[in-house]
Amino acid sequence: MEWINVILQGVLVGGLYAMFAAGLSLIFGVMRLVNIAHGDLIVLAAYVALVATQTFGIGPLTALIIVVPVMAIIGYALQWFVLNRTLGEDLLPPLLVTFGLSVIIQNGLLTAFTADNVKLQAGGIEVATIRLAEGLYVGVLPLLQFAVAVAVIAGLQFIFYRTAIGRAFRATADDPAVAQLMGLDNRRVFALAMAASLAVVAIAGVFLAVRANFDPSQGPARLIFGFEAVIIGGLGSLWGTLAGGLILGVAQAVGAHLDPGWQILAGHVAFLIVLAARPQGLFAKVRT
Amino acid sequence: MTVRVAFGRRGNRLGVALGAIAFAALAAAPWWGGRDDLQLLSEIYAYVALASLWNLLAGYAGLVSVGQQAYVGLGAYSLFALAILFGISPLWSIPLAGLIAAALSIPVALLVFRLRGHYFAIGTWIVAEVFRLTASQISALGGGSGTSLPAAVVIAIAPTRALRDFTMYWIALLLAAAVLALIVLLLRSRYGLALKAMRDAELAAACSGVDVYRTKFLVYVLTALATAMLGALIFLQKLRISPDAAFSVNDWTAFVIFITVIGGIGRIEGPIIGTLVFFALRQALADLGTIYLMMLGLVAIVIMLLAPKGIWGMVAARFGWQLFPLERTVLFEEAKQR
Amino acid sequence: MPEALFAVRNLEAFYGDFQALFGVSIEVARAEAVAVIGANGAGKSTLLKSIAGLLRARRDAIAFAGEPIGGMPAYAVAARGIALVPEGRGLFPSLSVEENLLIGGQLGRPGAWTLRRVYELFPVLGQRRKLPSTALSGGQQQMAALGRALMANPQLLLCDEISLGLAPIVVREIYARLPAVRAEGTAIVLVEQDVVQALAAASRVYCLQEGRVALSGAAKDLTREAIAAAYFGV
Repeated sequence: MEWINVILQGVLVGGLYAMFAAGLSLIFGVMRLVNIAHGDLIVLAAYVALVATQTFGIGPLTALIIVVPVMAIIGYALQWFVLNRTLGEDLLPPLLVTFGLSVIIQNGLLTAFTADNVKLQAGGIEVATIRLAEGLYVGVLPLLQFAVAVAVIAGLQFIFYRTAIGRAFRATADDPAVAQLMGLDNRRVFALAMAASLAVVAIAGVFLAVRANFDPSQGPARLIFGFEAVIIGGLGSLWGTLAGGLILGVAQAVGAHLDPGWQILAGHVAFLIVLAARPQGLFAKVRT
Repeated sequence: MTVRVAFGRRGNRLGVALGAIAFAALAAAPWWGGRDDLQLLSEIYAYVALASLWNLLAGYAGLVSVGQQAYVGLGAYSLFALAILFGISPLWSIPLAGLIAAALSIPVALLVFRLRGHYFAIGTWIVAEVFRLTASQISALGGGSGTSLPAAVVIAIAPTRALRDFTMYWIALLLAAAVLALIVLLLRSRYGLALKAMRDAELAAACSGVDVYRTKFLVYVLTALATAMLGALIFLQKLRISPDAAFSVNDWTAFVIFITVIGGIGRIEGPIIGTLVFFALRQALADLGTIYLMMLGLVAIVIMLLAPKGIWGMVAARFGWQLFPLERTVLFEEAKQR
Repeated sequence: MPEALFAVRNLEAFYGDFQALFGVSIEVARAEAVAVIGANGAGKSTLLKSIAGLLRARRDAIAFAGEPIGGMPAYAVAARGIALVPEGRGLFPSLSVEENLLIGGQLGRPGAWTLRRVYELFPVLGQRRKLPSTALSGGQQQMAALGRALMANPQLLLCDEISLGLAPIVVREIYARLPAVRAEGTAIVLVEQDVVQALAAASRVYCLQEGRVALSGAAKDLTREAIAAAYFGV
């Protein structure tokens, strides 16, 4: 029973990791870009939520109404004005520019908010639990977060495979030159993709903010978790990314249960094992 | 008619001469400089070497790693372990630390080479994190808060403080010079030709018979070895180690990348120029703390967008300069008439 | 000759330092079919890519419906009603057959060509509409690429070597559909190495040789000898 609880907690947190990963996966799928500032943008979203809740006196989940559009606009502008210029054959420019961005965001947040830990309060929902079975309780908030993660991934799948813009994403990813012949302006397609990615980041950021303390330096860890989830799950598959997140969450939970100091290390070890045994990921769908 | 490959151009002789003079002047620093000068210079040498190595890895071998801090920390921790736990002389521990790191870099390479491009970069970062987390679990070396070098070990470097300062300064200068020399030699060898070919067009290079995988592997292991030796020396000079300091992304990757980008990737002179610019900026702006770091990030972005070849890249393209004799020219000479 | 819908004047094109086109001029009238033939490397594909906006051109070098469009990016050219069927088909592998057609109609330009009409023109596509585009045979892929371009309801259709790699009977099948395209008022530029097919389908012909127009005229007026001479540069 104890172990079932551990795994359950791992699965629930895995949903959050899958959300970290979904944004990354989307961007890589559409434009072969890995955004090193991704984790820092999640933390930025958390701080935007902080400001929104303090300014308007609303709860964090309500704040989503503000945070999601704000981050989406930031994403569009970032891609349009900065990142579009870095795309091309060479992988150094986008990597270095997003690295520089990561430094700027972290230190900008540090300057604006100091290194103090903060957390968003969501009220009663934070401590509410549901009893699943004898001795098996699950928090309402983690469950909600998991459900949202699944919904987000399902939503992204829907957008990608059942809408015109999703077709545009896939076509531009396949062949940017021919996509132009269809009347698609690559710059706009990429900017929209980044906006979508940051919309997901916004949701992830708010849940991060409610779940635990956060501070400006937490970005890189989120990036790494997201990245590990993508690799474990396999490139090119959004549901694979969900699975990857769940596996990572469970690995960390198991590690933490054995020794609290091993939590993150356990996740890294799981990642390295998958990398060694099945480098394309467990559910890979697409050629890299 | 015979065919001969020659290196360099006339201007290079000037560059090599200048380099020799500079080296002599710097070697004499203990006589004209104070303690602070020696420490600053040692730091500069370390960054020139680290940046040159990162440049070799990313600019020449196409392996963009944001995880080289793994080897800085590994080298440092190896030295501390060898000196404290096994009683080996700290100076000898430097090359030993390099060898340990080289050995460990082999399984690491086998793993991370399965990733490509951006994913390779993050993979190397994760490896560094694994090293860091593992180091914080080693209680014999202070766990998460680290440890200091015991007095006995410090004395083992050299009997007096002045001698210690001089010894470590000269080692720093020698190590940096050796790293640069080895890089130049590597690039002049046939591996160097392979690297330049790979940098320009990997597929074409592979089709021409270059063993891309093996060349990259070799460069990765050699870089790990040298980086670890530098890390060992750096922390020997600091006399203290902790996981966060030894495996710091900021100190050993962000700054190094910044230096290489500003100076010019893929050119040997780049890291030297970049280090000088970096330290000049630091002397001028470090008081600003986080704003200074933000500015560094901003400068890196602007340079990457507007002048991706860096300062030396622009200069070299404009004037055709080259400090180190690396460019190969094929000379056709008439056969001797009989 | 009716006023040209589309004209290229003294077009030059470069790949880096290499010049591929030296002052090429062609004209196409509304609903007219024009062939551009020439040996490999003569510059035919380069011409189409320049028109489509994939290669930079001087602003006044290309005029469409009276408007100079040289130098415009490809998506802007497409929006004005010029559709290119690229060399090698260029179907999107991640998309199904139907999705490829739908994305051709992304711009939503009004016109006669709808999904239903394209399936009428090429029934085999309708049968395979849900399959990934990579599951089609070469000839079917060419039909899909053509159908995709038609979905944009273009006024000018550029076809880059649609016979390449296809069996003659398949090529005839595809060319047999072109009159239906012209009937809707769409002009066609056919770049071809298959001279016979091109001459049969087009009313006027240009022959390119090493980046220059070596010969031009009405298809029925040109002799085999003249064409061979221009084609091979003898």
